[in-house]
Amino acid sequence: MIEAEGLTKYYGPIGAIRNVSFEIEKGEIVGFLGPNGAGKSTAIKILTCYMPPTSGLARVDGLDVMEDSLKIRQRIGYLPENVPLYNDLTVRRFLRFAASSKGVEAKRIHAETGRVISACGLEKNADRIIGNLSKGFRQRVGLAQALLNDPDVLVLDEPTIGLDPTQIIEMRRLIKDLGGNRTVLLSSHILPEVAQLCQRVIIINKGEIVATDSPANLTSQLQKTAKIIMEVSGASEALQQAIESMAGVVKVSCVNNGTSRFVIETDPHMDMRSRIASLAIEKGCGLLELRTMQLSLEDIFMQLVTEDPAVEGVES
Amino acid sequence: MRGFWAVYRKELYGMFMSPIFYVVGFMFLLVSGVFFNYILSQVMLFSFQIAQHPEIAKGMSMLELFFRSFMWNISIIMLFIAPLLTMRLYAEERKSGTIELLFTYPVTDAAVLAGKFTACLSAFVILLAGTLPGVIGVSLMATPAWKLIACGYGAVFLLGCAFFSLGIFASTLTRNQIISAVISFGLLLVLWFIGEAKSSAGPLLGSILEYVSVAKHFENLSKGLIDSRDIIFYVVFSAFFLFLTLRQMSSYRWRG
Repeated sequence: MIEAEGLTKYYGPIGAIRNVSFEIEKGEIVGFLGPNGAGKSTAIKILTCYMPPTSGLARVDGLDVMEDSLKIRQRIGYLPENVPLYNDLTVRRFLRFAASSKGVEAKRIHAETGRVISACGLEKNADRIIGNLSKGFRQRVGLAQALLNDPDVLVLDEPTIGLDPTQIIEMRRLIKDLGGNRTVLLSSHILPEVAQLCQRVIIINKGEIVATDSPANLTSQLQKTAKIIMEVSGASEALQQAIESMAGVVKVSCVNNGTSRFVIETDPHMDMRSRIASLAIEKGCGLLELRTMQLSLEDIFMQLVTEDPAVEGVES
Repeated sequence: MRGFWAVYRKELYGMFMSPIFYVVGFMFLLVSGVFFNYILSQVMLFSFQIAQHPEIAKGMSMLELFFRSFMWNISIIMLFIAPLLTMRLYAEERKSGTIELLFTYPVTDAAVLAGKFTACLSAFVILLAGTLPGVIGVSLMATPAWKLIACGYGAVFLLGCAFFSLGIFASTLTRNQIISAVISFGLLLVLWFIGEAKSSAGPLLGSILEYVSVAKHFENLSKGLIDSRDIIFYVVFSAFFLFLTLRQMSSYRWRG
């Protein structure tokens, strides 16, 4: 549905994105993840035909952004980053303007604006002036205009930024409901959000794509070792030595704090939990807890976007 | 021209929602009313004086004299109000970021521009209509010269097209509405009075200066002299600045 091939954009001498390529299938929810200034918005602005790339190709539904800009714009619902809206119009009037700009026929405009108003929970505020709305409602108006005329592709640039926690949860629910047969591309620098919402993540840093995969795959791929956390009572030196000498164990560290807490790094392709458990019982220890520790997306993100490779999974 | 009506309606609505339109409209009608009154009293005084000399008065139309001076004054007031009506059109759109919506909706830049330009002209026509009752009233008291009046209003309309196209172009140059108004006011004043420099310039430069003077062409048309050269001047003038505005739009896109 969305393809980018070698997209490059320079603002004067400053390269915002360099040689960015990716593909998004129909019906996917894909997250663009990256720190501020990584080039997420630039890539999005190229795909939504806001600006042309310096070089490279971008296609939406097989149409080129340079040649079929109008046709693409017809198919995309776009929520820009800072949610620019006409502050002196009422919500309803603004949506009517947006609907008629998007080519909704005159007789359908009323029904169509009504539909998006209720989809975004704006019924009570529909006749208020946009300039007087709170940030959360502005965001909803922004989403409502993107949904007009039922676009095949939704592009949301930082849809939850600046919202309070309840609003964020609502917004996520809304976005999740919107998926299904639509292709959704959203950008964010909030990791749990992307992990929750998206089937696939494109991590972008300093204008280049550093990783593309599902949140689960990214996690397992980037884990060089699997970590097992074990908490036992009555541990001894002997236990630690025994674990260290097991095949497949890379490193063992232990913290004694009444009970002993082991962090055992093992070969990621072997599940050592049962063997470790039986070993602990063999040594006469009380097994209190045993679990594998997953790297969160946040940890992976930090690994990918920070130059210092030492930053690794911190225990949550 | 997809999106023309959507933009046109939005702009017109935005215009009527903003206090600028009402303040500008009030001032326009107030100042033109003051001039109306002043010119009328001057013309009446003149007609009393000239009535003593019937041989001179023969063939002179007081209504024509009155109307031409009135239209001339309206054109001067327009120098002030055109920048105020056009200053927000693109400057505000850029400042609030809503230009991003216009650029990503399936509407062409030309349709957006046409919508804004026409909305501005429509608002101006409404203001202009406010001067009609007085003009019609005076005409009915004399021998009405409808052709002259239609021609005068047509000239003001063409002048409006030229002024607004320049004003819209100025509003694409900056995000700040005040700067935009100052630029268009400055340019309009220069183009208005540039013909005066004819006397101090050489023959070739002088004739060029006279040709680009907006006032010169208006003078002819408001007299009731319909000359295609004057009409073409205004059409080309407007088209030129509208074209520059479109170029400015694509330049935004490239610069991001």
